[in-house]
Amino acid sequence: MQRIKKLLNEKDSDLLSVYYTAGFPNLEDTIPILRSLEKAGADLVEIGMPYSDPLADGPTIQDSSTQALNNGMHLQLLFKQLEGVRSEVTVPIILMGYLNPIIQFGMEAFCAKCAEVGVDGLILPDLPMEVYEEEFRPVFNKYGLFNIFLITPQTSEERIRAIDEMSEGFIYMVSTAGTTGARQGVREDQKAYFKRVEAMELSHPTLIGFGISDNQSFTEACKYSKGAIIGSAFIKHLSSEGADEASVQRFVDSIKQKSSSLN
Amino acid sequence: MSYIKVSEKGFYGDFGGAYIPEMLHPNIAELKANYESIMADPVFEEEYHALLRDFVGRPTPLYLAERLSEKYGATIYLKREDLCHTGAHKVNNTVGQILLAQRLGKKKIIAETGAGQHGVATATVCALKGMECIIYMGEVDIARQRPNVERMKILGAEVRAATSGSKTLKDATNEAMRHWISHPEDTHYIIGSVVGPHPYPDMVARFQSVISEEIIRQLQEKEGINHPDMVIACVGGGSNAAGTYYHFADNEKVDLIAVEAAGMGITSGKSAATTALGTPGILHGSKTLLMQTKDGQVTEPHSISAGLDYPGIGPLHAHLFASGRGRFIAVEDEEAMKAGIDLSRMEGIIPAIETSHAFAVLDKIDDLKGKKVVINLSGRGDKDLDTYIKWGKY
Repeated sequence: MQRIKKLLNEKDSDLLSVYYTAGFPNLEDTIPILRSLEKAGADLVEIGMPYSDPLADGPTIQDSSTQALNNGMHLQLLFKQLEGVRSEVTVPIILMGYLNPIIQFGMEAFCAKCAEVGVDGLILPDLPMEVYEEEFRPVFNKYGLFNIFLITPQTSEERIRAIDEMSEGFIYMVSTAGTTGARQGVREDQKAYFKRVEAMELSHPTLIGFGISDNQSFTEACKYSKGAIIGSAFIKHLSSEGADEASVQRFVDSIKQKSSSLN
Repeated sequence: MSYIKVSEKGFYGDFGGAYIPEMLHPNIAELKANYESIMADPVFEEEYHALLRDFVGRPTPLYLAERLSEKYGATIYLKREDLCHTGAHKVNNTVGQILLAQRLGKKKIIAETGAGQHGVATATVCALKGMECIIYMGEVDIARQRPNVERMKILGAEVRAATSGSKTLKDATNEAMRHWISHPEDTHYIIGSVVGPHPYPDMVARFQSVISEEIIRQLQEKEGINHPDMVIACVGGGSNAAGTYYHFADNEKVDLIAVEAAGMGITSGKSAATTALGTPGILHGSKTLLMQTKDGQVTEPHSISAGLDYPGIGPLHAHLFASGRGRFIAVEDEEAMKAGIDLSRMEGIIPAIETSHAFAVLDKIDDLKGKKVVINLSGRGDKDLDTYIKWGKY
């Protein structure tokens, strides 16, 4: 069974998805971080495919992408690193990145590679729903890949419904108008937006991302959704605290601990 | 099939479209739904043309360059966009877009700029309309286009440095798009070239099309002809070229010459000659030709002129190139600088270094003789004095 689907069937709340950039902080850190995240209890892992011009990303992920590219990361190498990873990890893996490197790789070849190494889904912010539907949906389906769509506070109800219809797995609910990056707390207007979407009773669950950075924001987000996604805060942690297993464990604990004790 | 008309989905042949993050969808959808009807509104048209006449100083002259004509054995006219208020063609577009932003109820304006001409033109119209204005500009460009930075500040705009990547136009565009993502409701993004997601390339080309519209009228008056044999323009993103070609693109009797910046040489690794070095890909929301690595990372370009220092071209130009309709020629930094000095001494006009590229191409075209040629003199060189001085060979 598709690993994302299986996870969503088995676990109903407080899902933690963690993002990090492939090849950061060091080129060979991609797989050890993945292993550590699974061990530490992340429910999903999003691996960023670094790109020179990441439009939807704030400074933290931009910088990590630049460093990863300087380290020599590219798609061929990422797939090489991911070879055989399914013999040791079972956590759903989602690749997140931008369209251009994938188009240069070739969409079909890319999807085939994803399936081969055990990638379960993709988040491509600059792939609009309309283009996905017209050009790429059959190839995603052929290789069993879920395309995860974004919705934002500005997305109309009509469009959210259309996205829900086309989605598989879950919907990535961008918490605020902005690029990726840690922010303080969850504002009232964000809560209103979370409630509005919750009340729509979509057929797919949402995970809330952008600006989720600590236990407090994670817990708050989980009240309105099936879980939350943390990226920039983890990248910052890797930079300051190191990428070893114990460091990753500490980070995941810091996010999850209080939320489990609150339950 | 028309070369200049964009398809419903925003394509010119294989190029164009709107590859944008979901965050920008409402803004782009709003623009797409409204720009044609707003531009077709007679009240809008009247206001736009009144500003072009009384504020910008249009029509700009079509000037017969006698000494240049004699040198090349052709009839060479210069379309004097350098005489536009603010010193370049860029203002044709910003006047249009500020009126459009008002009609969309926007309160704030953002823009990117390379050479600073679009930044100044945007700051100018924001001052005119009392709107808040933030300009993103690469750190490298801020250093080499100092006078324009100060002009923007005098006009009341805030200039923000783009410090990522090559710290030039591409990065300023990234930052402006990120700002727009973060301020989707009250802000309009005035893109300065025929780049970006649909409908920007078409909208900007239409606002710049006043250039070729006037050329037609002026050639009729001066030469009694409906079209020139050849039009020449420099291409960075390609807005002045789009305006120069607009009414001639579907008339195959007119040769379209596009001049790109070869920088220090096409094969030097320091170049911005997109059609020579680029391959199809996606840049700033549009499928076009761009300079990139085989892994799809965007390459950092180089040109001595900040306005041409861009790793892509507008999708319209990618189509003109791919279809063979346009003739693309690259000119090196050194050749452009010399051509700038030549024009200064032969015609008494110091051009912007971007524009100098369009003049350098005269030495590279072997079928000029006897032709009626229009070169778009897209901007004046005041902003480039530092670069001329640093170059020093005059």
